[in-house]
Amino acid sequence: MATNTQIPVADRRVPVIAPGHTFSTITEKISNIVLTRPVSLGWILGFLIVFGMLNMLTGALGYLFIKGTGIWGINIPVGWGFAIINFVWWIGIGHAGTLISAILALLRQTWRNSINRFAEAMTLFAVACAGIFPLAHTGRPWLAYWLFPYPNTMRYWPNFRSPLVWDVFAVSTYLTISLVFWFVGLIPDLATLRDRAENPWVARIYGLLAMGWRGSARHWHRYETAYLLLAGLATPLVLSVHTVVSFDFAVGIVPGWHTTIFPPYFVAGAIYSGFAMVLCLAIPIRAIYKLQDFITMRHLENSAKVMLATGLIVAYGYGMEGFMGWYSGNQFDSFLLWNRFHGPYKFAYLALLACNIFIPQVLWLKKFRVSTGWLWIISFIVLVGMWLERFIIIVVSLSRDFLTSSWGMYYPTKWDWITFCGTFGLFLTGMWLFVRVLPAISIFELRTLLPEAQVHESAEVKQ
Amino acid sequence: MSMDEQTNPVPAKVGAKAGADVCPSKRKQLDLATAREQIEDTTGPEYWRSLQELAGSDEFQEMLHREFPKGASEWIDDFSRRGFLKTMGASLALAGLTGCTRMPNTEIVPYVRQPENVIPGRPKFYATAFTLGGYASPILVESNMFRPTKIEGNPQHPASLGGTDVYAQASILDLYDPDRAQSITYMGDVRSWNALMDALRGPMSAEKSMAGGGVRILTQTVSSPTLAAQIHDYLGANPQAKWHVYEPISRDNVMEGAKRAFGEPVETRYDLSKADVILSLDADFLYAGFPGSARYTRDFAARRNPDANMNRLYVVESTPSSTGMKADHHLPVHSSDIAGFARSLASAVGVSGNGPEFAIAALTKDLQAHKGSSVVIPGDHQPPAVHALAHAINHALGNVGKTVFYTDPVDANPVNRGESLKALVDDMRAGKVDLLVILGGNPAYDAPADLEFASALKSNAVELKVFLGSHRNETAELCQWHVPEAHYLESWSDARAYDGTVSIVQPLIEPLYGGKSAHEVVAILAGQSGTTPHDLIQSYWQKEHSGADFDAFWRKSLHDGWIEGTTYAPKNVTLKAASFPASQPAPGSGYELNFRRDPSIYDGRFSNNGWLQELPKPLTKLTWDNPIMIGPALAERLKLTFKDVVELEFNGKKAKGAVWIQAGHPDNAITVFFGYGRTRAGRVGTGTGFDVFPLRTSQTPWFADGAKLTATGETYNLASTQGYQTMETPNGSERPLVQERSLEEYRKEPNFAKEGEPPEDLTLLKPWLFEYAKETYSWGMAIDLNSCVGCNNCIIACQSENNIAVVGKEQTLKGRHMHWLRVDAYYNGSRDNPKGFFQPVPCMQCENAPCELVCPVQATLHSSEGLNDMVYNRCVGTRYCSNNCPYKVRRFNFLLFQDWETPQFKLMRNPDVTIRSRGVMEKCTYCVQRISEHRIDAERADTTIKDGELQTACQQSCPANAIVFGNLNDPNSQVNKWKAQARNYSLLAELNTRPRTTYLAEVRNPNPELEESRAEARTESRT
Amino acid sequence: MSDVSVYESPIPDSPIYGLMAEFDSAQELVAAAHKTHEAGYKKIDAYSPFPIEGLAEAIGFHKNRVALVVLIGGLVGLISAYSLQYWVAVITYPTNIGGRPYHSWPSFIIVTFELTILFGGLSSAIGMLALNGLPMPYHPVFNVPEFAKASENKFFLVVFSSDPNYDAARTRAFLSDLAPRMIAEVPS
Repeated sequence: MATNTQIPVADRRVPVIAPGHTFSTITEKISNIVLTRPVSLGWILGFLIVFGMLNMLTGALGYLFIKGTGIWGINIPVGWGFAIINFVWWIGIGHAGTLISAILALLRQTWRNSINRFAEAMTLFAVACAGIFPLAHTGRPWLAYWLFPYPNTMRYWPNFRSPLVWDVFAVSTYLTISLVFWFVGLIPDLATLRDRAENPWVARIYGLLAMGWRGSARHWHRYETAYLLLAGLATPLVLSVHTVVSFDFAVGIVPGWHTTIFPPYFVAGAIYSGFAMVLCLAIPIRAIYKLQDFITMRHLENSAKVMLATGLIVAYGYGMEGFMGWYSGNQFDSFLLWNRFHGPYKFAYLALLACNIFIPQVLWLKKFRVSTGWLWIISFIVLVGMWLERFIIIVVSLSRDFLTSSWGMYYPTKWDWITFCGTFGLFLTGMWLFVRVLPAISIFELRTLLPEAQVHESAEVKQ
Repeated sequence: MSMDEQTNPVPAKVGAKAGADVCPSKRKQLDLATAREQIEDTTGPEYWRSLQELAGSDEFQEMLHREFPKGASEWIDDFSRRGFLKTMGASLALAGLTGCTRMPNTEIVPYVRQPENVIPGRPKFYATAFTLGGYASPILVESNMFRPTKIEGNPQHPASLGGTDVYAQASILDLYDPDRAQSITYMGDVRSWNALMDALRGPMSAEKSMAGGGVRILTQTVSSPTLAAQIHDYLGANPQAKWHVYEPISRDNVMEGAKRAFGEPVETRYDLSKADVILSLDADFLYAGFPGSARYTRDFAARRNPDANMNRLYVVESTPSSTGMKADHHLPVHSSDIAGFARSLASAVGVSGNGPEFAIAALTKDLQAHKGSSVVIPGDHQPPAVHALAHAINHALGNVGKTVFYTDPVDANPVNRGESLKALVDDMRAGKVDLLVILGGNPAYDAPADLEFASALKSNAVELKVFLGSHRNETAELCQWHVPEAHYLESWSDARAYDGTVSIVQPLIEPLYGGKSAHEVVAILAGQSGTTPHDLIQSYWQKEHSGADFDAFWRKSLHDGWIEGTTYAPKNVTLKAASFPASQPAPGSGYELNFRRDPSIYDGRFSNNGWLQELPKPLTKLTWDNPIMIGPALAERLKLTFKDVVELEFNGKKAKGAVWIQAGHPDNAITVFFGYGRTRAGRVGTGTGFDVFPLRTSQTPWFADGAKLTATGETYNLASTQGYQTMETPNGSERPLVQERSLEEYRKEPNFAKEGEPPEDLTLLKPWLFEYAKETYSWGMAIDLNSCVGCNNCIIACQSENNIAVVGKEQTLKGRHMHWLRVDAYYNGSRDNPKGFFQPVPCMQCENAPCELVCPVQATLHSSEGLNDMVYNRCVGTRYCSNNCPYKVRRFNFLLFQDWETPQFKLMRNPDVTIRSRGVMEKCTYCVQRISEHRIDAERADTTIKDGELQTACQQSCPANAIVFGNLNDPNSQVNKWKAQARNYSLLAELNTRPRTTYLAEVRNPNPELEESRAEARTESRT
Repeated sequence: MSDVSVYESPIPDSPIYGLMAEFDSAQELVAAAHKTHEAGYKKIDAYSPFPIEGLAEAIGFHKNRVALVVLIGGLVGLISAYSLQYWVAVITYPTNIGGRPYHSWPSFIIVTFELTILFGGLSSAIGMLALNGLPMPYHPVFNVPEFAKASENKFFLVVFSSDPNYDAARTRAFLSDLAPRMIAEVPS
């Protein structure tokens, strides 16, 4: 599986690890980031900033709970605004992490080994950000637990036909499984940190987390089975989560929502934005912590290719929506199409097309795929574009639906923006702490990539 | 601070100053004497409150002037300061007002001193009457444990037949208005009723000697026989005293016109049930404020049935009105051109005299083809000549005695309002007035600008000024004495309906704030203090009543809501003159300026009524503001769009307001509306819109040429509740929301509205396993778009019945208004003369409800009787249901919209309906509380609910009978009969939501000879 | 061979837990493990800083039961999810939701799927740890200081004292034939 000891021939063109590394150099380099590297001033300053943003979020949510959702720009007809846009956007971003660690693992893409760890961390924090919104956007958040099926004195039960209930199950499952997957992957590295930590207390803490892992051959055997199965389960899960999210819309009858193409193109879009976020994070981290040896150009280029591919699927989705708008002959759908190009939000739609479809096409050129600067910019543009996509789907569709009499406009308020920015605080604070206290790259999986890790059959038959 | 500082009264002075910015009038401190007498004469709660007043802390001093603290004006908009200020105000208001059982201590029928007769939770209904501009609308008032909570029409009364109008419906809110004046004041200080009588005693005796020469009584239109008699008695005793009448929305033109035609002022009454062809000359006779509109609407709507003999409506008007929206043929012209139109029509139908020949030949033919079954209705704001011509035309067409009747005026003192007020002002300036008694109204605000009534009132030319008014308004500020006026539900009176029928106005509750009625004030003048209004009314009718058993007569009159035999008999009048000189000024330069009453707040008397302020005006759907209305062509020429603020200049005076571009508005004309820009309306009304009275002169009360319009470059947000006003989307496709055809088309193809309806078996699943047929009831509703005249009654009725919150302008702008029932207005065809449509949209109660499917907590689900129930206390507020509702009839409490503190509103609310809290979705429930009430009654009586005995609030209030609600399981129910009609269709049928609320498609009855023009309009609308 | 095996039964009564040999490369470890196993030592274990293909087989450990645990967990999730929804929507709380049938099975698929994944995933992680006897706060192998390198770049082979063929002297001799970097006694 992932940790197989062969480097496939095809992978030999650009190594996934720079030459000249041994088990111990790898171990040192990565574990030192956590154990010995002194806390830099830059890290502290950055942390203060992102932590400040996190407090912005708590403040905004506090005010929200006191006043009610009226502090946002939502209204009738546009009952969902930034909250759900951000929810879908964040959860989409999470997808790349699971995809890299699970699907690429199944596909034996060994190049994933050096980026899957923080990709998974990214998933966790992104899902955490996403999880805030479904709760916060309800009119009575203190009763949101009513969406869970639990025996209660009201003898009431949730409505299992509602996509929102599906969401509850999909998202909570996704969060749990991602957490488990991430932690299982961490165990052997935690053992390494335990054995390398000078400070006895640090050693104790990592020891506690490593749960006495000692690298027994039997343990590795079961470990690999479990990891494989987890990957096998996480793969359909990650595909299902954004499908379920897309049901929130596809099940509705609103023009622009009620379409069968949503599941595939939501999933593609999720991976699209997810890889964009991976690049946005990987490029700076790799520069700051000098990890160019492990996160090589090859990783960045592969991610860029994935973006290109998923971006094309998304483009196909847009095209299909347009086609159906015309082909169905349904006057509501055809108006929706018209409205996207000529309606009050036309600039958002044009920007969306530019960000998600036209600009990323430059990734066809190697020049852009191998330039970290360009890659970072393009990934950022894609992130913006994918946010706009959700804005178009939710706001533009709702603002002008069936009865012309009830058409309306949606304008976000300052609280919408503060809450949105605040979630970046939560996300970045998580990442900031993560890179300091846990190995940002899977050490044991990197070891397996070294030639010394290979065992020749010949050796076994010898003598 | 030191002792002597404490003793010197500086702090109190400071307090007075603090108060002064709330009330500019001069303030004195209470001296012990006044204090003592105050306590003497107050009882119960007032006593307690008086003590508070004596405590005299600055806050209380201040509050006494506006019952709620200043700054609370944002009670609706600004949620931040609400809580604290309201509880402070509430504590005070509560002090004056204990609990809810304030039963009147005068006898009212049917209550006969038997408390055990009252079943808690069982409302009682009392007949009484609401008066507007002197004309009474007969009503029934629902009373829950002595708290009036809901206004309904009086089904037995010929002037109502169960219908009401928006003003009557909303008047219940005025009763509980916390801003009403709550104490008699002299120069701003609290006084007692006795103090007022003492203060008047001296001057009155002085006046006696000079036969009341210095006494002037200024009233609004009085149709109360008792009050008129009282005043006449007084004038009899004091021949020199004078009675002046002023009403900003006056009917001077009507009376003048009648005088010109017949030589005497007569009331004109129409019988639209017999009219096949109706021509309105700028008359908005289907909207509240036009005398008899409720009855006219009923008769008009009854004749709109395309399967029977359907009437035809021509409307020639200067400002688009809801009547114009219903027209089969609509002609927008300038007000000043209507006289010419009438004149040429007159000559065309054979009235001698001639004018420019541009009357429509087809119209003339149509009218002549229906001699005796046609009617021409002139508008109140058209000059006397037009009214005279209309009389002449009706004569020539032989309509008099068939569709048109003349009676004595309902107005007890039909003098010319303008002249009457002018005479008064002249006397005031000449110092001839020693004592001015103003009974109601607000002349300081709404008098014609050129009379400068306010300054005359302010000047010390008049020694003693006594004002009786419900609010401490602009006029109250300028009078020494202000007596709080009792609400009509608080005091006895009587009044005449448009047909002369007298109703006894019986109170349902003791005055909440110790208000007095005009009867009492006049009684003091006449020196008969101590007599209660009840005695006055009763004794008057005792005199009038000839028959033996007065008691039975009295009880019957109170019970029925009107007095038998008081209806005016038609008068025989003979057309005096045959030609009528043109009375219009030579057309000047500039645009024509039209003044109109506001559809929601009338002349400003309702401007502190939140329901009416937030009531979307029939055509513009505007709330909380009055626009400067112009036509599309003019807007184009001036490069004006919505939100643009323009400066309106008219003979020297200027006013600023935002433009509203109204399809169908005549070109080169401007319409402005009264009632806004009040400076002392109360927390709701003060500061909304802009005041147009300064532009209105006594010479040109309704319209005049020579207005200028200049763009200012500023912008201003007008809160309209309807985003988009045509059924045609910007990309040119037309949505079949209101299905409409001409009568011929309908006869050819009666099922036209049904196209696009999916077949019953269009589903993979077997129809809902729940068989409604097995249930006793299965509710449904049908709305006849042909009958609906967009009068907005249903909206207010629904708001009152279901305790719907008022959210204020800011929230309305955001699109968060809470009306469960809305009336959509659509325009179709050419922008300069479009066709108008009204469509009331309550919850459709879909069978396959999209909202239910997506609710995660089953807070909205189907009841066994087919209702789409909304469970408030289960709702967590995801708003998914609203997103998925194709009709967008769901409303969400984005913030705490309901007022949970103000004690008065607690009394007002319908005890059967939950007060929704923040974060909860709500919507039309088919008045489920009424359903269960009737179901319980039926079960107790071991029977079932009879068809028609259960009515929803909207249905009950509808003057046009456009809404029918009933049991679909009863094959003979009215609603089934309607749904069986060919015109029946469901909105957005192609979505297969299977609505239980369906519509009867609209059918117009255009004059075939004018068809081609209509066809043009259609093609225009397509392109 | 049974998955839950005595070799992991912790600390025996004897003061010696076993003999430990340290190797430099995965290559040598695998070879050594083969020889030791062939030499009849059954109660042995090998330790490496990363999974080495064939090592487990070399010490005679062929298949584990994690997959079975996951299968059971997944099935439990599947059945409980669907039966809960059916019970709620059809038996205990049937309601007319937008005219849909009580048993709207297509709507119930999603939650069923998610719970299957959830239970399966959890049982794979928990199952793996449980079968590995983790968490284990104390284990004798850590008494050998060199063993700290087992999580970095060194490879170890241990013959347990509980092995019937175990004899301090002979076993030590046997191991030294495998040319380890060092041999150490593992105290219990």
